[in-house]
Amino acid sequence: MSSPHVNEGFLSAGQQVFQPSAGEDPFLVVDELTVRFPTHDGLVQAVTDLSYSVERGKTLGIVGESGSGKSVSSMAVLGLHDPRSTRLSGSIRVGGREIVGADEDDLRRLRGKDVAMIFQDPLSALHPFYSIGDQIAEAYLLHNKVSKREAKARAVEMLDRVGIPQARNRVDDFPHQFSGGMRQRAMIAMALVNDPKLLIADEPTTALDVTVQAQILDLLQDLQREFNSAIIIITHDLGVIAEMADDVLVMYAGRAVETGPTKLLLTNPEMPYTWGLLSSVPDVTASTDARLIPIPGNPPSLLNPPSGCPFNPRCAHKDKVPGDLCTTTLPDLLPAQVGEDHRRRCHLPDPEVIYGTEVLPEIAPNLVEQHEQTREEETR
Amino acid sequence: MTELRPHAPSTFTSEEPLLEVVNLKKWFPVKSSGLVRRTVANVQAVDGVSFSVPRGGSLGLVGESGCGKSTTGRLITRLYEPTAGQIRFEDTDIAKLSKREMLPYRSEIQMIFQDPYSSLNPRHTVGTIVGTPLRVHDMVPKDKVLDRVRELLEVVGLNPEHYNRYPSEFSGGQRQRIGIARALALQPKLLVADEPVSALDVSIQAQVVNLLQDVQREFNIAFLFIAHDLAVVRHFCPEVAVMYLGKIVEIADRETLYSRPHHPYTQALLSAVPDVKQASVGGRRERIMLQGDVPSPINPPSGCRFRTRCWMAQDICAKQEPPLLQIGPRHKVACHFAGERGSTGHVPITLKALGVNSHGDPVPGEEPMQGLDAPGYSPMFKDRETHLRESEPLADR
Repeated sequence: MSSPHVNEGFLSAGQQVFQPSAGEDPFLVVDELTVRFPTHDGLVQAVTDLSYSVERGKTLGIVGESGSGKSVSSMAVLGLHDPRSTRLSGSIRVGGREIVGADEDDLRRLRGKDVAMIFQDPLSALHPFYSIGDQIAEAYLLHNKVSKREAKARAVEMLDRVGIPQARNRVDDFPHQFSGGMRQRAMIAMALVNDPKLLIADEPTTALDVTVQAQILDLLQDLQREFNSAIIIITHDLGVIAEMADDVLVMYAGRAVETGPTKLLLTNPEMPYTWGLLSSVPDVTASTDARLIPIPGNPPSLLNPPSGCPFNPRCAHKDKVPGDLCTTTLPDLLPAQVGEDHRRRCHLPDPEVIYGTEVLPEIAPNLVEQHEQTREEETR
Repeated sequence: MTELRPHAPSTFTSEEPLLEVVNLKKWFPVKSSGLVRRTVANVQAVDGVSFSVPRGGSLGLVGESGCGKSTTGRLITRLYEPTAGQIRFEDTDIAKLSKREMLPYRSEIQMIFQDPYSSLNPRHTVGTIVGTPLRVHDMVPKDKVLDRVRELLEVVGLNPEHYNRYPSEFSGGQRQRIGIARALALQPKLLVADEPVSALDVSIQAQVVNLLQDVQREFNIAFLFIAHDLAVVRHFCPEVAVMYLGKIVEIADRETLYSRPHHPYTQALLSAVPDVKQASVGGRRERIMLQGDVPSPINPPSGCRFRTRCWMAQDICAKQEPPLLQIGPRHKVACHFAGERGSTGHVPITLKALGVNSHGDPVPGEEPMQGLDAPGYSPMFKDRETHLRESEPLADR
């Protein structure tokens, strides 16, 4: 089970990662990553002390609102931040190699080969002047000693793999001749052309319709099985997470606020922000009379994050914490009450009970009984 | 009026619907290049849709991008000129009114746009944005405009003293509230909400959905709610229409549509929605994978437009276009083999209505039924076994 490692738990295992022979270690290890952007208004604290790891063949889902640092942290994995305008600290190791501070030539050899990225908006990520085939072949030519003809054949093969009909005829098409779903497939084909060991999908289906989304998610799962890639899927849709991810990392204001195996975290969430995410989306089976329970307020400014727990200005449960801990002290990411590898950043003394008795009955009364049963089984 | 609707009153309640759309079409011409720009083809964006929206009620319009749902919304607000069909708003057909004649209706039908960034002028203050409709339509005396703007801002949950700020000073959710305040300024009877929450963060979406519900209840505003998010539509609208390639393929009350969809496309659409709460307790629905992409609306498939991606398609589907037939008290579906998944019959249910045999060829002497494009529901309908049934009047809805 790959689970996002956390500061203290990670340190003991950390020594081995530097040894090239450590085959058992997770492919990607992010350790205390901090990303800061100096601006005229001050320092934007985009990501703070983020640690996680992903093994090959596993999928990590990163959830959070816009501005929570989920995209910034994954761009750092590819070394995409301009060092002149970014302050990076901590460590990111991909297959044992350090990314933070690596020079541009090393990064270029890594990008598109070992680590590839699927971007959210395929129309702006594809170049409008080059044919789809040329763009896919370029990535292959760069990392392999092959002729242009072979690279083109590889592009056709990849387009076929991702389910573009008549790939041979469509390979010379331009991006505008493809539909939204096909463009996203072409992007996936481009990302997978070198059989990457780690695939980062940044909101891969947000711009797509549900039926196309289902096709793309299925495709990603198939390809993962075939190439044994590690996948990081960044999304704000918990439904996508529930279907795709083995582990989840919930981010808020640049920090991890809850991590754990997907099923466990979704059945026993212990952080009020995760509760908020669950209660603010309607689902297609719930009672229609139920009112949505939004998270009040807006996400905090990262220029000047709130003191204490970053979620405290929007938290409905902070009165259950004795004293003013929530507003003064940042909670640590500590083991949660239910489940191994489940961690949360919250001062609440008994979140599991609060969720079972107060939150769940409001958001999904039909699931309360089921929840209690699984609870009993787990405690037995 | 009545002679236009051969099926008797369109709803069970005695009250007339606020909006009735009959056989509405919008074809965008595709012009050839060169000096003489002839029309070489038409994008059949909306091709004959009929529905009704009750006073203070809401109808949801769902479908994939390119299915014509936004075009329908823009036709009703008359941002587009309809190619054919009627838009009856309070018994007046506004489809062909001139600009001048349309003016009084502009204040009755307002729109909320998807993108809160591009739909607000960045160089106008919030006070100007919300106050402009009041000035244009002379709703309040000039010296009272500001007071009314403050009131409106308060209604949508913004600080009324922020009227002199610019849109850039607000977050996405707050901007959407400004857009809602602007739409409410004229006290409209109908709001066309085109993807009002899809550009917002999840935690903010719920705030805006709740606000729209409050506004609807308080001011008795009818909604045409256009969205691709099936869960949000189900939450907001008691009645939902599913569109595919410019046509309504199924329309029903939400309980029926979401629990017993009869059109294969609706079934596929619903099965594709990832469901957190189900997945979190280990349940998972069987997913229907649709193959391929939506065909081009320039040259849609003959017969049923969904047949190229349908797993049940037969000869008749290519030859005859299935009419939108009523099969339940508040349930209409356009499919020859309509039925719940796994229990569809082998004989098309549309034979009588079309006057054809099961291969789709016309039967001599049988005439296709008329008036199938009427909006609303009839008290008499035929169920799938084509028994004539009378639906029991609903006490309330």
